[in-house]
Amino acid sequence: MGETLFDRVWASHVVAENPTLLYIELHLVHEVTSPQAFEGLRLAGRRVRRPDLTLATMDHAVPTDGGPITDPMAKEQLDALRRNCEEFGVPLFATGSGHEGIVHVIGPELGLTRPGITIVCGDSHTSTHGALGALAFGIGTSEVEHVLATQTLVLPRPKSMRIRFVGDLPFGLTPKDVILGAIAQMGVAGAKGHVVEYSGAAIRAMSMEGRMTVCNMTVEGGGRAGYVCPDDTTFAYLEGRASSPTGAEWERALDEWRALVTDDDATFDREVVVDVERLRPQVSWGTNPGMTTSVDGRVPDPSEFSEPSERATVERALEYMALEPGTPIEEIRVDRVFIGSCTNSRIEDLRAAASVVRGRRVHPKVRALVVPGSAIVKAQAEAEGLDRVFTEAGFEWRHAGCSMCLGMNPDVLAPGERCASTSNRNFEGRQGRGGRTHLVSPEMAAAAAIEGRFVDVRELIGAGA
Amino acid sequence: MRAFRRTTARVAVLDRPNVDTDQIIAKQFLKSIARTGFGQYLFLDWRVDENGNPRPDFELNNPAYADAKILLAGPNFGCGSSREHAPWALLEYGFDVVVAPSFGDIFKMNSTKCGLVPIELPAEQVRKLIDEVDAQNGSEVTVDLETKTIVSPNGETIPFEFDDFIREELLEGRDEIGRTLMQEGAISAFEAAHPVRIDTAALAVS
Ligand code: SF4
Repeated sequence: MGETLFDRVWASHVVAENPTLLYIELHLVHEVTSPQAFEGLRLAGRRVRRPDLTLATMDHAVPTDGGPITDPMAKEQLDALRRNCEEFGVPLFATGSGHEGIVHVIGPELGLTRPGITIVCGDSHTSTHGALGALAFGIGTSEVEHVLATQTLVLPRPKSMRIRFVGDLPFGLTPKDVILGAIAQMGVAGAKGHVVEYSGAAIRAMSMEGRMTVCNMTVEGGGRAGYVCPDDTTFAYLEGRASSPTGAEWERALDEWRALVTDDDATFDREVVVDVERLRPQVSWGTNPGMTTSVDGRVPDPSEFSEPSERATVERALEYMALEPGTPIEEIRVDRVFIGSCTNSRIEDLRAAASVVRGRRVHPKVRALVVPGSAIVKAQAEAEGLDRVFTEAGFEWRHAGCSMCLGMNPDVLAPGERCASTSNRNFEGRQGRGGRTHLVSPEMAAAAAIEGRFVDVRELIGAGA
Repeated sequence: MRAFRRTTARVAVLDRPNVDTDQIIAKQFLKSIARTGFGQYLFLDWRVDENGNPRPDFELNNPAYADAKILLAGPNFGCGSSREHAPWALLEYGFDVVVAPSFGDIFKMNSTKCGLVPIELPAEQVRKLIDEVDAQNGSEVTVDLETKTIVSPNGETIPFEFDDFIREELLEGRDEIGRTLMQEGAISAFEAAHPVRIDTAALAVS
């Protein structure tokens, strides 16, 4: 029987069985989930086994306005990361180094994320890295400590699943719409316990940035990891990156990567088919990413749901979101717009948003923010003049970081504020206590910034719907 | 890690699906570099209002659930972020066990690594337990990890499944890192057989 890419990568990293000990080839570290792990090492007198396979960055807590950190706890956490990295010899891309950024943006951008390797990070959106054909998943702090000490993880093998996108992507539809549409279809627990392979023509046609957006949100569908089998798009993306192999080694790597396929006769524990032709730009209306509908749709009415717990959940979500049942999505007005996060802060995302913004103005009642995912993305966007497109339209242009994705830094929503956000989670309070989040693509966020409410961006840019 | 064998304790019911880790412990508390101090912030925005007063309609504020050590929860409990602060906060608040139809993958793994016992039961069985507990306005349940059984308020014995290896770790409160380090030979052999493909140090500019 044929093998999946997941089968191949898993098998080639097993160190021991019963229980399975899996070798980890790249461990990414950030300030929030690592301090207790380093402390654990210290207390037990242990060292970091492979600092050369470990990389730390600062992203969650850093302010993005370029100013110094004023929050004493955030400062202590960042200082702790710096001290821990020095003490244990772990390379660190500190704020201001020119290489810092959101952990899931810098891995691929530096060429550290590669096909066929295993990657972990104390962060659930580590699934992003699967876009390059890596097996990448989020872990908790105890596991961070385990990987630091042993470069391995004790892990029961997850099940396998394939999400096949059928049909041609309609014009103007983005990778964010594709993944939000898939999660809306299968629910936030739809991929629970599974490693998900994304396939189909729509995926093949996507850029690496687009595939990263899709894989990023795997965890919002409950999946452990998500990946795309590598192809020429992947190899072209990796060629010439800071950490990519060169010369004869590049050729050797290519041979190895080309063998990383899922065989035609391979089987999965589960298969889901998503028809992309019926999709329209997506907007979330509730308090989890599965509560999503088309921009031409309406907020649901709880009375449509017969199952009592489901009805109660929808009622609670609408109450938190301060939305009346049946409200057309296009009548929902926004106070804030956030373009950023590890889902949508890469150069292509910023280009896409800028193409909508160019020559237009942010609605007078909206405060809008663009936060590049890394220092490198920021520099590139500035070289292309995108920063001026945004600032001339009335957006704030910030330094790299997680920013308003989780509101652990000064970028937060005030209670009751409503935000069109390109991030990945619309949980209660995610962007600030009492804040209300609607998940959208960068293009849709840009359109909402201009109109002050949700609109089908395709009408705005005259592409026809 | 703390060990767990069995407990007979009061039960609290949080009958909502998809409770995410952002609700269990909000991000503003993740700035701490300590492993403790999170219990007081468990479900904070649901538990108390803007002025810090308890919200009477929040389930865990029900006096019948006071001192509960076992939490009965809805499906996909602990979905979302990888923060281990979530099980830490539940443990510190006083819970030893969470019983639910299903858990978020990372939350479940994190729980077993720090001594919180996540038990999955079919949704109908969780529903029945919830009904029994609520009918008696709060009551005691026994959870025995050694025999993999729960004794319901009505005295019914319900078996549950649990990964054998993880169960042993929890029963003994084992140091998993120490155990893996004893496999040093296997890890080194793997490294010798697999050439290094990545070097983060070559990029470092700190
Ligand atoms: S951008 Fe948001 S989701 Fe991504 S790593 Fe940062 S906080 Fe997590």
